[in-house]
Amino acid sequence: MQDLGIRVLFMGNNFIRLLGGLWITVKISLISVALSILLGILLGMVMTLKNPVTRFFTKVYLEFIRIMPQLVLLFLVYFGATKSFGIQLSGQVSAVIVFTLWGTAEMGDLVRGALISIPKHQYESGAALGLENRQIYRYIIIPQTLRRLVPLAINLTTRMIKTTSLIVLIGVVEVMKVAQQIIEANRYTVPDSALWIYGTIFFLYFIVFWPVSRLAARMEKRWAN
Amino acid sequence: MNIDFITEYIPMYVEAAKLTLRLGLTGILFSLVIGIFCSLSGYYRIPVLRQITAAYIELSRNTPLLVQLFFLYFGLPKLGIMLSSESCAIIGLSFLGGSYMAEAFRSGLESIERTQIESALAIGLSHPQAMRYVVFPQALAVSVPALCANVIFLIKETSVFSVVALADLMYVAKDLIGLYYQTDEALLMLVIAYLILLLPISLAAGFLERRLRYAGFGN
Repeated sequence: MQDLGIRVLFMGNNFIRLLGGLWITVKISLISVALSILLGILLGMVMTLKNPVTRFFTKVYLEFIRIMPQLVLLFLVYFGATKSFGIQLSGQVSAVIVFTLWGTAEMGDLVRGALISIPKHQYESGAALGLENRQIYRYIIIPQTLRRLVPLAINLTTRMIKTTSLIVLIGVVEVMKVAQQIIEANRYTVPDSALWIYGTIFFLYFIVFWPVSRLAARMEKRWAN
Repeated sequence: MNIDFITEYIPMYVEAAKLTLRLGLTGILFSLVIGIFCSLSGYYRIPVLRQITAAYIELSRNTPLLVQLFFLYFGLPKLGIMLSSESCAIIGLSFLGGSYMAEAFRSGLESIERTQIESALAIGLSHPQAMRYVVFPQALAVSVPALCANVIFLIKETSVFSVVALADLMYVAKDLIGLYYQTDEALLMLVIAYLILLLPISLAAGFLERRLRYAGFGN
């Protein structure tokens, strides 16, 4: 087989640059994930309230965020905020905003699902044993909720990191953009580098996510009761 | 808001929505076929095939569609494999969707307990009959919520098709923003277009789920 341009990967610091690009993606999504988990737990608790007003608004919020493709949300914040409100957001900041909004909605729904999946008799049995309200939550409800929540939250995290690959389309220089730069820079010396560079990114993503999704699957299986 | 601008460019959005819908539905159809194939090869524990499909599922679930499309569209031509934008989009979407559909079918099949097959055999059904009349209807009913979620997910994923030079909704919106700087109008139409595409599907999915909640009888 002829040389298809794998050497581009090892020229200069190209490989390190690709990893740096991937790190931008991961960094943005980790910030959003952290914010989403905090806000999502709050939202999930609000969503279990019986109040019709909060129910309506959380429902509309959740449905809208779920139905819109994430790329549309990115466009709305990145292009819309600048035009309508004159706020100049950088690509990275709008990415964090969008992924936090999205992650909060998804996380909120997961938290709500986990909370209502705890049957009422768990609270009642706790009370019957003479535990205080605080103790019931501390020793009975929260541990069970967490067990249901953690694998799902890990899945959501990997989904969020995967979706963060979209930010290249609002002009953030991340792994795909770095790849394009490398390919263009070597266009004349190594015209066939695209295959190897994009192939490498493909497997980089796979290598990052595969262990995480295995972990989530194993935890889900082990903690299923 | 410039109403004239909106009415002038609605036809462009309609065209783009048609393209999105056509590619999305084709991709979903192929995904369903791939999904059924993969889940059955896992269910019947067919050697070799089972490992291959398992590897495929892991590979496709753990990489973003954007990266898959870049590889198909910009990477493969270097090997002499030239694909048109549309075939790239459909292959990419089916590659991604196949694994999600396979997981949905798998969870449905796994949820049917062995006693169901055993009882069916005990009352004199042959094995194909037991699958046809007892296992598959129940398994399908269990997988419907996941399948519906996947359909919506896949149509949403079509929004990245603009990277392989397809004039989909995102492309039109970005074009209009770039050409006329009518950002508000272009974005508003974009949101409405996706709402028109996805809201009916989402509502239909909810309806379907309620109608089919007969599986897992006795649980």
